[in-house]
Amino acid sequence: MNRRIVIAALLAGTTLLGACKHNTAPAQLPPEPEPTVTSTPTPTQTGAALGTQQHFVNAVNGQNVIYFDTDRYNVDSADAAALQLQAQYLMQYPQISVTLEGHCDERGTREYNLALGERRANAAKNYLVSLGVPASRITTVSYGKERPVALGSNEAAWAQNRRAVTVVINN
Amino acid sequence: MKTTLALLALALFAWPALAQDAPPTTSAKDLGTPVPQPGQVETVEQPDGGLSFTVTDESEWQDLGIAIPGFATDRDSPTAANASGTAALGRDLAQVVYNDLKNNGLFKPVGPAALPLPAYPEITAPAWPTWSNRSAEMLVQGYVRAGADGRLTVGCYLYDVQLQKELTRAGWVVPPADWRRAAHKCADLVYSRLSGESPFFDSRIAYIAETGPKDPRVKRLAIMDSDGANHRFITTGRATALTPRYSPDYRRLLYLSYVDGNPRIYVYDIGTGRQQLVTQSSNPTFAPRWSPDGRWILYSMAIGGNTDIYRVSANGGASTRLTDSPSIDIGGSYSPDGSKIVFESDRSGTQQCYTMNADGSNQQRISFSGGRCATPEWSPRGDQIAFTSASNFHIYVMSPSGGSVRELTSGWQDEAPTWAPNGRVIQFFRTERNSGHTSLWQVDLTGRNERRLPTPLDASDPAWGPILP
Repeated sequence: MNRRIVIAALLAGTTLLGACKHNTAPAQLPPEPEPTVTSTPTPTQTGAALGTQQHFVNAVNGQNVIYFDTDRYNVDSADAAALQLQAQYLMQYPQISVTLEGHCDERGTREYNLALGERRANAAKNYLVSLGVPASRITTVSYGKERPVALGSNEAAWAQNRRAVTVVINN
Repeated sequence: MKTTLALLALALFAWPALAQDAPPTTSAKDLGTPVPQPGQVETVEQPDGGLSFTVTDESEWQDLGIAIPGFATDRDSPTAANASGTAALGRDLAQVVYNDLKNNGLFKPVGPAALPLPAYPEITAPAWPTWSNRSAEMLVQGYVRAGADGRLTVGCYLYDVQLQKELTRAGWVVPPADWRRAAHKCADLVYSRLSGESPFFDSRIAYIAETGPKDPRVKRLAIMDSDGANHRFITTGRATALTPRYSPDYRRLLYLSYVDGNPRIYVYDIGTGRQQLVTQSSNPTFAPRWSPDGRWILYSMAIGGNTDIYRVSANGGASTRLTDSPSIDIGGSYSPDGSKIVFESDRSGTQQCYTMNADGSNQQRISFSGGRCATPEWSPRGDQIAFTSASNFHIYVMSPSGGSVRELTSGWQDEAPTWAPNGRVIQFFRTERNSGHTSLWQVDLTGRNERRLPTPLDASDPAWGPILP
């Protein structure tokens, strides 16, 4: 579960530098450009408009979900990296507000899992706030074990379900 | 009846406005049509000429053969209770009595389908050879009569066949729609008289009916009789409903709904079909509970991610905070005398069970048996606490001090025990691995006789109410 590699910074945006002489094609194409290393997410917009979940997910390269160990709600280093990307996006677009959904796996009792999901959502929220995102732009909701994404009854599925998901609130 | 309901509605809706008028709730979008209220059951006073009969050894009464032939009628009259009249109703009444005993593993009953039908005069003067020839040790006979106002009078008699003596009798007058309650009261009479235990059949269960894949799962609030009959959906399923609780007087339901997008506890009035939030706070709320006298509501609320238990009067007003630790404190089940509450908390690092006084003082951990303790529920008899082990998801019971821990079930994931009104049967729900299918199950306090309670769809979060008023 902690195997997530911080890749977003490396793949945040690749800009193609095309040699563009409009009269003649070069005899030899210039070498492929190296991927640029940036620390801020560059929204590569393939049609998703600002204010949509897709715009946000694109910008953070799919890292709108963070994961937790069984019964835990702490933000580990992989989670922190994802939340940093999310915070940068939110600082870049001050008109965007989000909901943090807290989730648990099915191997827990129902009511405790509702409370644990709320803990997880708040842990993620607190981290975003610590990075400068105004708390007023972040709401939380716990779904306990009611909304799994992985439907099996095994450790791999449960690991995917112990999560906090950041969702853009559409206006 | 309508006047009484109107008076009760006035009493129940004396919720003082906390800060401002409550806006029209969006919750109305998820409510179906209001369900009918159970009617009044009047007990007919009958002189008791029976012998007193006590049994001390459980195994003796469990082996009693009991014949339950169809109930007789003075004349086959039409009734609003069914389409065919009181003669057919008599057979149905006996069938409900038989099913109650049979499905709960009680005695060795034989039902009306396998027995001759007694004539009306035999009900109070049994034809003994008929029954002694069938090796029935006990005999239940009854009658049903339709009154001019449509109400039914049902009589229930228990006889010892070998001694040729009546043991007990009772009679009830019921509205035709409530004919099954008379049968449950007859089953309760027989069960109590022969076992010495308190009754439990004449009661209802609130639960969550489930359909669909694990995501998105459709979850609807539903209610039914203790045998699954008279099933009604309360919500439409547009919003997820969870963890219901019947009020002790059966007039209201507490439950959690996501109808406004957040987990909120509602108090639903069954008579009017309307509901109100238990608190106007915008913080998420979970785990609603009633006190045994119906005067208090417990709910758990998370502030800044931390969940604690609160208490509010059932008539509304300000809430009192009962727990105040940085851990998850949630749930709560009152002792039957209302003086103590058992709840779960992870303040020790894992889910464990604690008791406290009803005012929140003297919080003490009681679970030390090695595993994790969750969903504690105090027996209506006060002598046991049922709980889910959050380590192996089996149902357990223990004494109120945490001793004498006994494991009752062994499913892959069993959780959320609820007690029958007599504190001798536990109902819980079982989740099937991978498919996520859920179903309601029951087990005796002895750990024996585990059986499924059939429901129209999948089922979870059962809450067993007390004996119906």
